[in-house]
Amino acid sequence: MGNTSSMLTQYDIEEVQQHCNNAFSQQEILSLYDRFCQLDRNGGGFISAEEFLSVPEFAVNPLSQRLLRMLDGLNFKEFVAFLSAFSPRATLQHKIEFIFKVYDSDGNGKVTFNDMLDVLHDLTGQFISEQPREQVLTQVLEEAGYTKESLLVMSDFVKILGSSGLKMEVEVPVD
Amino acid sequence: MSGIEGKLSSSSSELDLDRPNIEDYLPSGSSIHEPRGKLRLRDLLDISPTLTEAAGAIVDDSFTRCFKSNPPEPWNWNVYLFPLWCFGVAIRYLVLFPVRVIVLTIGWILFLSSVIPVHFLLKGHDKLREKMERFLVELLCSFFVASWTGVVKYHGPRPSMRPKQVFVANHTSMIDFIILEQMTPFAVIMQKHPGWVGLIQSTILESVGCIWFNRSEAKDREIVAKKLRDHIQGVDNNPLLIFPEGTCVNNQYSVMFKKGAFELGCTVCPIAIKYNKIFVDAFWNSRKQSFTMHLLQLMTSWAVVCDVWYLEPQNLKPGETPIEFAERVRDIISVRAGLKKVPWDGYLKYSRPSPKHTERKQQSFAESVLRRLEEK
Repeated sequence: MGNTSSMLTQYDIEEVQQHCNNAFSQQEILSLYDRFCQLDRNGGGFISAEEFLSVPEFAVNPLSQRLLRMLDGLNFKEFVAFLSAFSPRATLQHKIEFIFKVYDSDGNGKVTFNDMLDVLHDLTGQFISEQPREQVLTQVLEEAGYTKESLLVMSDFVKILGSSGLKMEVEVPVD
Repeated sequence: MSGIEGKLSSSSSELDLDRPNIEDYLPSGSSIHEPRGKLRLRDLLDISPTLTEAAGAIVDDSFTRCFKSNPPEPWNWNVYLFPLWCFGVAIRYLVLFPVRVIVLTIGWILFLSSVIPVHFLLKGHDKLREKMERFLVELLCSFFVASWTGVVKYHGPRPSMRPKQVFVANHTSMIDFIILEQMTPFAVIMQKHPGWVGLIQSTILESVGCIWFNRSEAKDREIVAKKLRDHIQGVDNNPLLIFPEGTCVNNQYSVMFKKGAFELGCTVCPIAIKYNKIFVDAFWNSRKQSFTMHLLQLMTSWAVVCDVWYLEPQNLKPGETPIEFAERVRDIISVRAGLKKVPWDGYLKYSRPSPKHTERKQQSFAESVLRRLEEK
């Protein structure tokens, strides 16, 4: 297909960089563009769920369906913004926000017991059945000072995850 | 790609039995970091390892890399080199290409005018007819190779015609078969293609004893396995050439070998093929171009330069499973041809990975959660 990064102007790159708060360097954005075009096989300007699932390493991930809902229909600028949470330059706050968004599937700013139960279900599959799963979650919630009815917001997540030395980084290959 | 959207192909469960433990190859993040101490809320909420793996796969993954065509660096970037390049293009398209088309046409005419009489006139003399047809197919392949100005260097002892042996090679394009066939009359096992290629498959290649399969048919596997076994038993049959990767890879990586060729109970002779990229990238990206376009691309390049190594025949070692045998032979070929190994099944191009891999991750996390719940 030739050198696709020549289709991005300097203006485009700067716009994308601004949109992701300078999380990626210009070289990294060029690499991500190549990758975006590689995955977007039908050239529709966005990567479909099918195209994401054609990457076997992604398809075997337990959270792939959840992430697909967030990735659906993103154009390149939004794609880079999505990935910016994984940049080494991203703040801890940004990373925790990302995790919060994965849980908060209806996007109302509140994570319910059921939201957390759903994610736990994705991660453990059929290997913990429904009752024990609820019990585990209830138990750790109560030990942390919450209840089954608690609605967790962003500041709760910061309190819970902020001290644990969160490591969430990927390296964008630049050739 | 038709008909596979959104559903696992029915043969995917059989594909599992074909491969060793992928977890041994995947990056170490594939197991949640060693859990310590009593389970707390943050341990359940902290999904960062799983998310990191997913993002890592989105940004770069070893499977897609295997099928990436790597166009050579453009060198015609300044005012001196550009006219030179234009001159080169003119020579390639206006001089070389017509000459090659003529050469190929002559080859076809010679071939057809000989093979048709041979096929009908020698009907009663099967042995002689087979020998002549083999010779003619080899001749046609040589014409094909000449039509791309193929410069092939063969290393190692030429394959000898013995029973109970199969040949395996890494796969980059359908021209692999033509390059090998011009030296030795192999019977090859190939995916049945549509169009003019399929026509050639059903007529000419029948005469060297080729076997066809259809990737998208699950039941096909058993039928093909039986055909393989029958072919090996036949003393007069041409030696069988198998491409265990099952699909074309870009000649920089090798995907996992299917065990079918390695459980036939015979000697496996590995062949390594490496194309020299400077002249042309011989990788046939079947998702991007048809075979006709691929051939035209080859015919308008300077040359197809490659090395073929016939490597030492291998046998199943005592206590070795066919999968381990396949991996061992893949290792031999990959080292010789300078290919990086990846732990993926080539058929993942056409179908989704089995849910078993996801389940393994889920099981390991579930076990660690339950265990840590008990700790004080």
